[in-house]
Amino acid sequence: MPTGTAEQRLVGLADLVVEAARKKRDPEIEIPVRALSNVAFNPKKRIIEMKDATQARSLFNLGMARKFMQTMLVADALAVLQREKLTTSLREIYYRTKHTLRDSTENTFDAQDESDPIIEDIEVALAALREELQVAAEGRGSIVGNVVLVDDGDAIDCTRAGKSGHTVPSIVEEPGIRIRKCAADFVLLVEKATQFNRLSEDKFWKRHNCVLVTGNGQPPRGVRRLCRRIHDEWKKPVYVLVDNDPWGYYIYSVVKQGSINLAFESQRMAIPDAKFIGLSSYDPEKHKLPRNVGIRLTDKDVSRAKEILAYPWFQKKEWQREIRNMLASGLKFELDALANKDFRYLTTDYLPRKLKERDWLD
Amino acid sequence: MSIRAPSKRAPAAPARPRSTGGQRPVPPAKAAVVPVASPADSGGNGGVIPPAPPRPTAQMLAGKQREISVSEFFAKNRHLLGFDSHRKALLTAVKEAVDNSLDACEEGRILPEIEVKIEVANGNGEPPKGQLPIPGRPSASQAERFIVTVTDNGPGIVPDQIAKIFAKLLYGSKFHRLRMSRGQQGIGISAAGLYGHLTTGKPVRVTSRYSEKKPAKYVEIFIDTARNEPRVIANRDVEWDRPHGTRVSIELEGRYQKGRTSVDEFLEQAAIANPHARIVYLNPEGQRTLFDRQVEELPPSPREIRPHPYGIELGVLLKMMQSTKSHWIGGFLCSDFSRVSPKVAQEICQKAGLDPRAKVRTVHGDAAERLYRAIQNTKIMNPPTDCLSPIGEKAVLAGLYKQIKGDFYTAVTRAPAVYRGNPFVIEVGLAYGTGQAALAESAVEQEEAVPVAEGEAKEKAGEVSLARLMRFANRVPLLYQPGACAITKAAVDTAWRNYGVSQSRGALPQGPLVIFVHMASVWVPFTSESKEAIADYDEIRKEIRLALNEAGRRLSAFVRRRERAQSEFKRRNVFEAYIEEVAAACKRLKKGRLNEEDLKQRLQSIAKKLTGGERTDELLGKGESAGPVAPESTIIVTPDGVEGAVPAPSVPPESVPPPAEAKPIPEKGARHAHRHR
Repeated sequence: MPTGTAEQRLVGLADLVVEAARKKRDPEIEIPVRALSNVAFNPKKRIIEMKDATQARSLFNLGMARKFMQTMLVADALAVLQREKLTTSLREIYYRTKHTLRDSTENTFDAQDESDPIIEDIEVALAALREELQVAAEGRGSIVGNVVLVDDGDAIDCTRAGKSGHTVPSIVEEPGIRIRKCAADFVLLVEKATQFNRLSEDKFWKRHNCVLVTGNGQPPRGVRRLCRRIHDEWKKPVYVLVDNDPWGYYIYSVVKQGSINLAFESQRMAIPDAKFIGLSSYDPEKHKLPRNVGIRLTDKDVSRAKEILAYPWFQKKEWQREIRNMLASGLKFELDALANKDFRYLTTDYLPRKLKERDWLD
Repeated sequence: MSIRAPSKRAPAAPARPRSTGGQRPVPPAKAAVVPVASPADSGGNGGVIPPAPPRPTAQMLAGKQREISVSEFFAKNRHLLGFDSHRKALLTAVKEAVDNSLDACEEGRILPEIEVKIEVANGNGEPPKGQLPIPGRPSASQAERFIVTVTDNGPGIVPDQIAKIFAKLLYGSKFHRLRMSRGQQGIGISAAGLYGHLTTGKPVRVTSRYSEKKPAKYVEIFIDTARNEPRVIANRDVEWDRPHGTRVSIELEGRYQKGRTSVDEFLEQAAIANPHARIVYLNPEGQRTLFDRQVEELPPSPREIRPHPYGIELGVLLKMMQSTKSHWIGGFLCSDFSRVSPKVAQEICQKAGLDPRAKVRTVHGDAAERLYRAIQNTKIMNPPTDCLSPIGEKAVLAGLYKQIKGDFYTAVTRAPAVYRGNPFVIEVGLAYGTGQAALAESAVEQEEAVPVAEGEAKEKAGEVSLARLMRFANRVPLLYQPGACAITKAAVDTAWRNYGVSQSRGALPQGPLVIFVHMASVWVPFTSESKEAIADYDEIRKEIRLALNEAGRRLSAFVRRRERAQSEFKRRNVFEAYIEEVAAACKRLKKGRLNEEDLKQRLQSIAKKLTGGERTDELLGKGESAGPVAPESTIIVTPDGVEGAVPAPSVPPESVPPPAEAKPIPEKGARHAHRHR
């Protein structure tokens, strides 16, 4: 693995090309394979780790030449960010590196979906986090509750962030962001904005002394990283509240063990102690949700659930029971379905009962 | 209700005694007898049963029965001759006139020079009721009346014949002989005149001159449809600047539209199939197009032949036996048919159980049928083929090369074959490619490499077009009814994928391909009188397929060679472009501390080593070695130039200043100079 600062590692790619040219060899960049086949669950650390399978990307291979050229262009753009201490988005990187090749109508990139994977390739090849590379994902996510952050020198008290909460920045690293204080008892990570808003409006965080965080669906890196830091630095347990469907299970597992695509970041992102608080496939029964607020599992849901059932990190007995129970019922339930009982059912009944009964999965 | 005496003549016809001989108008086949429905009850009577009308007697019916002239028949059934829509009518009129002109020139052994002029006629279109006609002429695309004028430099027509040729159906020189020509029945031009007269009331105007010593004759005529006879309105001597030739002018209802099945397309294709002709076209918009002559020799004059015994039917045999000048059956067979030697005649007679010395007139009934069957069972040599005049590979190639932009051209003329006793020849030509190869190198410099926005690139790649099929019969383009034609069937049935061209099931191949197919025969079996499609005889289809296969094999060699070269070329090109980007990015990464040129050169030398080095140079025609030689009757266009049987260069077929005087005939040797470079 290359070492040194992010900039040094990026310049290393240019050295590699020069060296190959000098030795009359085809320049090659080793890029770790980002696929299920190249990740392993580390039962000791309880996170997903990347194995060492790599793929050589070479310039003089017709199938890879274009990607090689793109990799060098993106590396160049990323080095500029480092030198000028700028942060930008994936989309701006795409526009910055797009131009038409000389004497042709061929563009260096045709669409952003070509440049995004190249950035991920560089992340894994150089073992550099995207935050290190100063490329931000969309800022998506909110936080409210008993925690004080310092963002670029300004203290942000999340108990005074109103109903909508403070926006979670996409890069949550020292020294830009510090967590000055956290007096809450736990962190509740909510999948959807609707439930976040409900809990925030009802001041759930005040009554139960917690921090509420949402990522609006699959939580972005900033949200995951922030939860991890509160968990690490202030030793607060993290609970995850998601829909009862295969997608919800997967969101939970990404928070807990890391994602397959960017497994190398698990070390800094994953929260192996995170708990799954709901919705569980047993909740509709426990909370007497009528069958008619369920949604039939689609074929895609079923096959996704079966995949999840096979992941090594879902092999605990309780988890196998949980997923099989959903498959057996043939139904999925959204968090929103709790409103069928009462608008405030989530705040007044569901979560207090869960916390009281310590009814969660690990 | 009165009983009229049967009358063979329309009441309007002037009552004069019928002349005999030459004026007998109607061939037996077309003289149909049409019974007319009884003029019975017209409408109900409100529940009251009307008294039963008297049952028509045979005499009453006879009063309604009369002969129909062929002109009347076609006046009513104009679609049979290609006058079903306005657009098609204009095309058919041009086509018939041009066919006649080309036939006349070739028979007179004159290199054809033909001028086709289409004008918008005055007094166009019917004004809406109660409104005055719109003053002035409408635009070409709006007009409904046109004047078609076709002028040739042919041998001219003797004054007595002018009226009959242009205003009498089924009158002509071509029906009764077995010899290849464009016209066959003697219907076409008269039918065009008839259609013009029916739709506009204007006569056909003909100017013709057959000798420099005689003045030109100007005649205005139309067909008296009831009698199928010409009616001459004007007939006078006029001044004409041409020593010989014919001009025919027809005013008719039509519609002028460009594109497929248009007059423009017809003339373009006619020029390809008749590279020895010089055609000037003035379209109704006033544009002048010149299709210049590509070949300075007339096609050899086809010889007239006697019928081949295999090609006749029993009825025809009986008729021939009636009219023969021979006395004995053996002599009849030898002298009235081709390829029947006395020995073969004896064999036939033996098989039929007849004495070769039997009198021809005594053979009928059973014996004639035995004779007919004996003919079918005797092996007889194929008919002679000098009655055919194929275009020839060289001329097909020249025509295609001139009119179609492409990178590859080839032509195949098959040996003559026979269907139903009629000899025929199939010729096939292919033009492939976009004509870009010649431009490729300069294009790199010229094309300002227009940047492509997101999403644009994919659209361009998605375009597929089918090959264009050009069908010809005796050098005449066939534009309508492709689906009914044996040529289309053969082209669709050919497995083009074997030749490196993609093709969907049951369709023409895809890609930048023009397929030219020509059938030359003494008698082309059309599916209808309007001569739009060739009937599907197995023998014909097989010949077309074999010719397409041969041409396809040559195409495949070209396509494969080019693909290989292109893929290497593309690889290297890709690397060249990418190397530049990579080197520049490296230099920027190194904050400018890099010898960019040196890096580029090093990378390029690696690229060259990895992409076949000198071998690719050779395939691309770079470097020292000469390019591959084009096979027989093939032209290949490469960035470096043109290989193969390239015709002499001449003026492009766009609008060109007034025609140059007689073109010098290029030396024969010069044309072949390129072939073995």
